[in-house]
Amino acid sequence: MSSTIDAAEDAAVESQAIVPTRKRKALGKVFWISVIWIGIVFLLAIVASWIGLEDPNNGDFALINAGPSWSHPFGTDDLGRDILSRVIYGARVSLIVGFGAMAIGMALGGTLGMVAAYRRGAVDTLVSAASYVMLAFPALVAVIAIVAFWGHEIWKITIIVGIASTPLVYRVIRAATLSYATRDFVTAAKAQGATDTRILTRELLPNVLPTVISYFLIGVATVIILEGALAFLGLSVPAPTASWGNMINESRTYLSDNPWLALFPSLAMFLFLIALNLVGDTLRQSFDVQESKL
Amino acid sequence: MAKFLLKRLLALVGILFLVSLGIFMLVHLLPGDPTTTILGPNNTEHNRAVLMQQLGLDKPIWSQYFLWLGNILHGNLGQSFITHQTVTSTLANAFPIDLELIIISQIVGLGVAIPLAIASAKKPNGILDRVSTTTSFAMLALPPFIIIVFAVLIFSIHFHVFPGPGSYVPFTENPVSNLHTMILPSLVLAIGSVVIYFRLLRGDLISTLQEEFIVMARSKGLSDRYIMWRHALRPSSLSLLAAAGLNIGGLIAGAFVVEFLLAIPGLGYSLVNSIQQVDYLAVQGITLFVAVVVVILNFIIDFLFTIVDPRIARE
Repeated sequence: MSSTIDAAEDAAVESQAIVPTRKRKALGKVFWISVIWIGIVFLLAIVASWIGLEDPNNGDFALINAGPSWSHPFGTDDLGRDILSRVIYGARVSLIVGFGAMAIGMALGGTLGMVAAYRRGAVDTLVSAASYVMLAFPALVAVIAIVAFWGHEIWKITIIVGIASTPLVYRVIRAATLSYATRDFVTAAKAQGATDTRILTRELLPNVLPTVISYFLIGVATVIILEGALAFLGLSVPAPTASWGNMINESRTYLSDNPWLALFPSLAMFLFLIALNLVGDTLRQSFDVQESKL
Repeated sequence: MAKFLLKRLLALVGILFLVSLGIFMLVHLLPGDPTTTILGPNNTEHNRAVLMQQLGLDKPIWSQYFLWLGNILHGNLGQSFITHQTVTSTLANAFPIDLELIIISQIVGLGVAIPLAIASAKKPNGILDRVSTTTSFAMLALPPFIIIVFAVLIFSIHFHVFPGPGSYVPFTENPVSNLHTMILPSLVLAIGSVVIYFRLLRGDLISTLQEEFIVMARSKGLSDRYIMWRHALRPSSLSLLAAAGLNIGGLIAGAFVVEFLLAIPGLGYSLVNSIQQVDYLAVQGITLFVAVVVVILNFIIDFLFTIVDPRIARE
């Protein structure tokens, strides 16, 4: 499997490296709009219970599948629940799973990647082989199978998806560390008698950090898509909890009567994902992450 | 070469062993007595005894595994206690559907991505290039489960161009209406592939076109078209092959999603159905099958690499 992935990594690298890019410039308007948007989504998800939204789980049965109106700006769903309120509460699931799982992935995959790249030898061979085995398996199928047997609680899904994202994080961080592990400043630190832990945390980590940060956001986007697919199949956090994926799943039955039901959660997810990708991508370019070394 | 192939084959066997072990262990994630959960409402004295014997639950875990593995190698993935279908027959019915979806999507995907990448790479930062690069970046934020919902909404419900959910007809029964139903989901699947292949190929081509051998070819007076197809596109075949390999997992996930919405009885639809019916043996069987197919496909692609570029075998 290794040559496939190596070649893909090389290819991915080249596709980014080539275009005659302009010199490093300001982050740009689009970047800041995206950052602000991500901030707004976070804020709304946190304060959802205190801003006078309607109950996301109890609807008005007299007003089902209604289109947008003053009292329900996004309309109501098949149970008369306010879609705006469900979209805002639904952000919680995507944020918890997205950032939680990526934090797990970074902690596990990042640590392993740095240690493997620094120590090389048997540790590297073993962990790298394991990462190839895991990468050979389609993530969604693995997650579906484990969730089916283990359960649908949000913390279980976060852990499973986090572990599923570990091998990719591992490969990225290992590659990034590798380009620094043999540099002179590491040798100098060793010569001064620095411990391995110190070299890893004080010498290598600061250099790998740009890669970690820019990759983190793109990883969060990937994880949100994975959870969304799971929810769309009806296998993520159980109803009546609102989540973007759950809402898109529920909209299936009422597509012809109430397209708003599908539109708003899809739009929320799309705008959030594109903001994450934009910020991640811009950071990667501005940090000038040396992808050719990956 | 032979030694290299042998090494790879050994790795393949190792990976298949680990994957099968992982899937075998799934049953032990079930809370409580697995027989109770697997049998559900069919928990009769007789069924219990059959299942105990089938899974070898009274034996130590290693012999349970080898019993299970032995059955599988004989093509016996178990029989569902719920639908009374063997898992093997479920797979035989469902797999060709996924294959059809994926093959059509790949033909469309490559058919769109290659010309588009060529046209974009000819004038980097030109109008076409900027439009297609921006669009493809935006499409990265549109997962298949969103695209399929709106594709159905627009093309099936509003314009009635394609049949809506639940109108699947087997190919053997009526090839024309089968293709008619399969086009929409295949196109949705293709979009994701177009985005991946286009972004990769465009970048690849732009950098290749700056190489010296292209300048050389130009100065020899070769036509742009000839240079593009014979010189520039060739080295990119490797990275395209690699991308196709990495794309397999995403394609399967995408196929699951479109099948689920349109009620097309492929592997994804069967898998979700089995989960809803608490049919654990079917879930386990389908997962194992998908895993093995993906691992073997990756192995084949890996092998194709060594044919396209023999240097890999000599590494």
